[in-house]
Amino acid sequence: MTQLALVIDLNVCVGCHACVTSCKEWNTSGAAGPMSDDRPYGKDPTGTFFNRVQTFEIGQFPNTETVHFPKSCLHCEDAPCVPVCPTGASHKRELDGIVLVDYDKCIGCKYCSWACPYGARELDEHQKVMKKCTLCVDRIYDEALPERERKPACVMACPTSARLYGDVHDPDSEVSVAIRERGGYALMPEWGTKPANHYLPRQKAHVRIHEDELVRADNPLKKERKKPMPDKDSPSLDDVTSW
Amino acid sequence: MHPAFSVIFLTTLIGAAQGLFLALFVTQWFATVGLIAPQDSVQFYAMGNVVVLVLLGLGLFASFFHLGRPERAWRSATRWRTSWLSREVIVLPALMGFSFIHGAMHLLGWDAVLWTTAGGVSFTLSLLVGALGALTALALFISTGMIYACIKFLQEWASPLTVVNFTVLGIASGFTLATAFAAAVSPELVHPFGISAIAFTALGLVTRVAALIRNKRLKHKSSLQTAIGVRHTHIQQKAQGAMGGSFNTREFFHGKSDAVVKTVLWTFLLLTFPVPMLLVWIGMTAEAFGVLALAFAVQYLGLVCERWFFFAQANHPQNLYYQTI
Repeated sequence: MTQLALVIDLNVCVGCHACVTSCKEWNTSGAAGPMSDDRPYGKDPTGTFFNRVQTFEIGQFPNTETVHFPKSCLHCEDAPCVPVCPTGASHKRELDGIVLVDYDKCIGCKYCSWACPYGARELDEHQKVMKKCTLCVDRIYDEALPERERKPACVMACPTSARLYGDVHDPDSEVSVAIRERGGYALMPEWGTKPANHYLPRQKAHVRIHEDELVRADNPLKKERKKPMPDKDSPSLDDVTSW
Repeated sequence: MHPAFSVIFLTTLIGAAQGLFLALFVTQWFATVGLIAPQDSVQFYAMGNVVVLVLLGLGLFASFFHLGRPERAWRSATRWRTSWLSREVIVLPALMGFSFIHGAMHLLGWDAVLWTTAGGVSFTLSLLVGALGALTALALFISTGMIYACIKFLQEWASPLTVVNFTVLGIASGFTLATAFAAAVSPELVHPFGISAIAFTALGLVTRVAALIRNKRLKHKSSLQTAIGVRHTHIQQKAQGAMGGSFNTREFFHGKSDAVVKTVLWTFLLLTFPVPMLLVWIGMTAEAFGVLALAFAVQYLGLVCERWFFFAQANHPQNLYYQTI
């Protein structure tokens, strides 16, 4: 059985959000229909996205690392959103393991979003149906596209090749090899959802931190330490020079 | 979770309706076997079922406000094999049907003796319909409770106590309503109903407090470490991937301060349990309809607060990605 999935290399993701914008662009003009985007330049912008990049800081200064963390539907092998759906709109395809929502059947009860521990589903505020990453199902099977472009939009857009795509059930696929050889892991394994998407961990690069790199040696703007000031009572220049 | 008033009204209204229907059925059963005097068909059973149907109808009406696409609501009955929500959608109209038939049979006097025992006790068709309705009411309690209890990573909900509380609190409010109803149409039932209402409310206090203690001692299985798969004790979120809010920030958090949540907790503990018990006791001894009606109103208000707290207390693991858990 095929199980298509994404494998995300946290070692090279730079948090540029190219996957987010390309996903939004492709899917807004694709089978998912327009994805709402309200007040994009207002005080509280809101909208539907299939994919978001979050940023976490790990460790304490000065020993910190920044992890940019792209997150979308993980296309779980045992997807908890599917059995709870009262209409059958939320389903997992036998063919390729992609979890999809049938927008014509969805009643917008939000139960599947409660049943997803990853928060991968978002209700479209305008169409009032549940939406989520489709793995660009309308793109990867599009025979009008050249073979090399039959990949999800986010994978095509990633400038650092942090996103791999393929069949995780095929032991020889690029994604399976990456998971096997680079310690690919799944999110929240404690719930037994068996996410198909995996993440490749950051590889520790050793950095030697010198004290003078933490505090600027020349300190031109006196940022780290204030310039010592004389007391109020001590004589000022005027006291000394006037007679 | 974000408490939706449509769901709060749905679960509390149908809970009271199910409890009242069970009270009607138990009365008919006891009257059949001769433990209590038979009740007037029209005044007691037909009118009682009208109240049941009104409450169920209001609950069903409220539930539509929870749907993004209410015009497709009929589709939600199709996945009863896997979805507890689908099962609830089937069982709720079924209970309305049984309640309607039960009431209509009593109103029109259509009944038939199905079986008479050697002791001369006659079991009638309307009792059978009542029994089927009572089973449906219990099935509805289980379905409603399991909608929440079956989501295993919402650990505040994933407990048999959730189903137990939906059932016991529903029956308690139903019997409080039945006491007020009896004061209006059938005064000799005020005492048995009143004592049952107090007993079920006391039982509800025990099971609800048990759930509160359980949730207080709960250790969440998921952490920021398992959520992003990084084993480090210091992880701090710097960006959530969106400048403003999103569905994820609105749907999974109640957005109220701890003080508000605590106030709701003490309000519901007071209004659902001791106050109605006291009012039922006073109303029962004085046989005052007004006091008993007030007892139901206060308990219903308490249950609305109880359900709000039930939702607000549940901490969804997806909040880990938004740092509010």
